[in-house]
Amino acid sequence: MKLRALMLCFALTVTGAVLANEAAPLAADVVVEKRLIEISEELRCLVCQNETIAASQADLAQDLRREIRTLIGEGKSDKEILDFMVVRYGDFVLYRPPVKPTTWLLWGGPFLLLAAGVFALIRFLRRRAKEAAAPALSEEERRRAAALLDSSNS
Amino acid sequence: MRRFLIPLAVFIVLVIFLAIGLTLNPRDLPSPLKDKPAPAFTLPQLAAADQSFSPADMKGKVWLLNVWASWCVSCRQEHPVLMDLAKTGIVPIVGLDYKDQIADAKNWLRKYGDPYTVSAVDADGRVGIDYGVYGVPETYVIDKAGMIRLKHTGPITPDSLKTQILPLVAELSK
Repeated sequence: MKLRALMLCFALTVTGAVLANEAAPLAADVVVEKRLIEISEELRCLVCQNETIAASQADLAQDLRREIRTLIGEGKSDKEILDFMVVRYGDFVLYRPPVKPTTWLLWGGPFLLLAAGVFALIRFLRRRAKEAAAPALSEEERRRAAALLDSSNS
Repeated sequence: MRRFLIPLAVFIVLVIFLAIGLTLNPRDLPSPLKDKPAPAFTLPQLAAADQSFSPADMKGKVWLLNVWASWCVSCRQEHPVLMDLAKTGIVPIVGLDYKDQIADAKNWLRKYGDPYTVSAVDADGRVGIDYGVYGVPETYVIDKAGMIRLKHTGPITPDSLKTQILPLVAELSK
């Protein structure tokens, strides 16, 4: 029984390997497809907002990929194609939004938070250093401590 | 005491930001087309394929361009609002039948009523891209000069009609 199952497995693997064929390229022009992927990786799919147009299978993303392919065919530059998208969908379509007054906080925010964190850390370390350098026990206190330890030992 | 006040203040600020964030709709994006001329197109009409519609036909009128489709679930939700609006005759509504089958679209209008003065057929969604359509239904308020004055994403509710669209239409019609 076990042997038969093994043989079946073997037969299936072999036929699978024989039937398998190298996938045909989806598009004839590899250069255009490469540029298409590069450009569409910079663009956000507006239907599923955390996916790029390159990755998304949403209808709109497929349409936009087709559109980009057409624009590449018309000889448009990468920048012209990105501008084409921004004119229609706004800066939100770009995964790397442009630096301008409305996006200063977006770009600078993480650095502001980092600076605040470093500032707090330095203050904390300074205070701790001061506490650690507090005066050691006086002679009198040392004797008392020794006496207490002795009494608890006996 | 101060030790606790600072984290508490940070926490409160964080809660306020998150609370504001919860009330925002991530799908409601500002349209770059606002106050720009409505992109031109010429598309066949749904009712009569041999006739065409172009935004230029509406010059001199304030009108709504409503992007819809028979496959669009939220369009069903919006539909009664559009039917009521069409009955008042305040503003002409032009439909843009987006990426739809003509037979399905016609059936849909027969079944639920047709609020549109005319519907244009955007079968491959090419005009939709020019208008920055990303979630049907979408509605554009276009003024007499052919400028887009408002883009409303998602179904129009009786509330958004009353507070946003109708006041703007009234102002533009003056």
